[in-house]
Amino acid sequence: MNPNKEQYTITVYTENQIGLLNRIAILFSRRKINVESLNTSPSEVEGIHRFTIVINETEEVVRKLCRQIEKQVDILKAYYNTDDEIIWQELALYKVPTEEIAEKVKVERLLREYGARAVVIRKDYTVFETTGQREETARLVEVLEPYGLIEFVRSARVAIIKDSHGFHEKLKEFEKTEPGEEVVENEYLDQQDKVFTM
Amino acid sequence: MSNATTTPAPAQSKAKTTAAKKAAPVAREISGSVAVLEAFVEEDVDTIFGYPGGAIMPIYDALYDYQEKLKHILVRHEQGGIHAAQGYARSSGKTGVVFATSGPGATNLVTGLADAMIDSTPLVCVTGQVFAHLLGTDAFQETDVINITTPVTKWNYQVTDATEIPSVLAKAFYIAGSGRPGPVLIDITKNAQIQKFNYEGYTKCTHIRSYRPKPIVRKEYIQQAAELINQAQRPFVLFGQGVILGKAEKEFREFVEKSGIPSAWTIMGLSALPTDHPLNVGMLGMHGNYGPNVLTNECDVLIAIGMRFDDRVTGRLDKYAKQATVIHLDIDPAEIDKNVKAAVGVWGDCKETLPLLTTLIQKKSHPEWLKRFKDYYKEEVDAVIKEELNPSAEQMTMGEVMKVLNELTGGDAIIVTDVGQHQMVACRYAEFNKTRSNITSGGLGTMGFGLPAAIGAKFGAQDRTVVAIIGDGGFQMTLQELGTIMQTELNVKIMILNNHFLGMVRQWQQLFHDKRYSFVDIASPDFVMVAKGYGIAGQSIHQRADLEKAVKTMLDHKGSYLLEVVVGKENNVFPMVPQGCSVSEIRLK
Repeated sequence: MNPNKEQYTITVYTENQIGLLNRIAILFSRRKINVESLNTSPSEVEGIHRFTIVINETEEVVRKLCRQIEKQVDILKAYYNTDDEIIWQELALYKVPTEEIAEKVKVERLLREYGARAVVIRKDYTVFETTGQREETARLVEVLEPYGLIEFVRSARVAIIKDSHGFHEKLKEFEKTEPGEEVVENEYLDQQDKVFTM
Repeated sequence: MSNATTTPAPAQSKAKTTAAKKAAPVAREISGSVAVLEAFVEEDVDTIFGYPGGAIMPIYDALYDYQEKLKHILVRHEQGGIHAAQGYARSSGKTGVVFATSGPGATNLVTGLADAMIDSTPLVCVTGQVFAHLLGTDAFQETDVINITTPVTKWNYQVTDATEIPSVLAKAFYIAGSGRPGPVLIDITKNAQIQKFNYEGYTKCTHIRSYRPKPIVRKEYIQQAAELINQAQRPFVLFGQGVILGKAEKEFREFVEKSGIPSAWTIMGLSALPTDHPLNVGMLGMHGNYGPNVLTNECDVLIAIGMRFDDRVTGRLDKYAKQATVIHLDIDPAEIDKNVKAAVGVWGDCKETLPLLTTLIQKKSHPEWLKRFKDYYKEEVDAVIKEELNPSAEQMTMGEVMKVLNELTGGDAIIVTDVGQHQMVACRYAEFNKTRSNITSGGLGTMGFGLPAAIGAKFGAQDRTVVAIIGDGGFQMTLQELGTIMQTELNVKIMILNNHFLGMVRQWQQLFHDKRYSFVDIASPDFVMVAKGYGIAGQSIHQRADLEKAVKTMLDHKGSYLLEVVVGKENNVFPMVPQGCSVSEIRLK
């Protein structure tokens, strides 16, 4: 691996449009860059989505990529940051047999140590949740392994940019002065030839 | 189609209603197809290049009643259609418009879309699509056109509901033609074409909140650029198609004349400045002129205007203009610092930035520096140009054909080229007095571009002479468009420079692959006979003695004419910057 490569988190504000995920994704695949993690969800403002994309690359490549992302018609803004410049978290879920943890006090102590929270407790299994950085959630996997871990899942990264004064206000103001367009979905898929015939 | 339902006027989104505050015309019920054509009329479209098919039939049905307002050119292949639209856009400065059906019709557009994307050509392509309820079911002639074309369009959108058509087409024209232009594709499902809705008129799009076609120019960068230019001892201007796309030829000329800076062009910028302008020092890049390439590595300030430092222009990047301070003017911020790091990046439309810069610079001339370009040119004349234009060999050269053409057209013709050796020779030697006169596939290098692009160029500039210069290989890729010429009775001059080889590949095989001529020996039909089959006059010449008369006959002929000129089989294009070499390592032989 190129020693100048570093982990970058790219934050993209976009319109809520069908096909936009692909338009962004192909900018990475075109340069044969692997996406480490991708989160897309509505922002706090209706009509604007926020993507958080993590890749390992050099600053130069990331900068060029961000400009090419931002240049797409339906993209509002793209930022990139190193891990030092953001606060980031991932959510992890762990499913373990209830009888194991009920019987073994040690497990309970471990879970408390890792800040895990029970989401579901059933007779046969229990689901715990933690949030943290990659190493933290990974460590709990190792720890739970001897106690019959059944399933594990980790979310994509979400990140807050440390130096982001006024983002929220600007976003609200922007959507207020120029409301976004509604998404038009295909409404005919289930109607088949009841709607139109030739 | 009888069961088409009528949909009430859409509950317009918030943005749309604020945009459309014009006096609302009385709503009338029209089909989606008619809405498409109404949009074209409103956008001042006069020519459509297209090919019908199942999924676009409702639009073609509506077109039947619009023949007086919209001229439709029936091409012979969708690729021909989109290249024609590109030629039209490049000669006229307007947005080219294309119709194609779903599936194969749409996939045949892909090469043209990629070409228009990389060469920043404004296009709006409308493709038919299967009924919305069939999407994703592998229906007859269904292809996922939106996803296929995403990387080669500036914007694309699928319409499944007719009420969207007016606003989506307004967006399409706005996006295609503004900022850095590019191709837009709108895929319309058949039900949306048929569907009736209450049409409330057409409102042109002038703003999209997430899209910044051009910025407000930052004065401090203009000032920094002006200071660098004023201090420069050996400044050098490189200009590209941005000058033409920005319709800033006059502003550019004023800038160059006041600053007195020698200026060289990329092949996309060719004809923005007349060939005989004293500060026009020639062509950049792999087969460009000697001086501009060598002196790129000697200038102190390099001013790039509306060009993107393509690898065919820069050669080896780590040895490109390292001594120079670079000023880069471009409308696309993603181009600044992409290939060559700029000390000052001036983001903006050069129609706005150039006049601001011109007012801040001192009037100057650089006679000694300019003389160095002339000295290199003399060297190039002796080593290459003299023999190319006045060959001592028996076989004709492409260069002497261009010389005769220049003499007979006086530099007033639009020259359309295909891709290969003839393209480089044509760009090197063609003379131009007017802008928008050189139409070529620069970025993508699409063989087969020439003939259809020439057809489109003629429709875009009917009062001008259009000469297509094409190789024997490229012509055979799209020669079916002779049928379009036949049917439209168009006047396009076609010159095939036939060296009986795929010449550019052969040249590389000769120089870099030990003359192992691997599959470059291409046989050709009797081109004159082929033309005759399409009712197009022509002749083929082999002798220098016939050249001038033959070119004159071609130009004087009423209607289209095909002239085949048989040139030397193994002539090479020089100078040449071999791949992986620096521009200053340009070879004269």
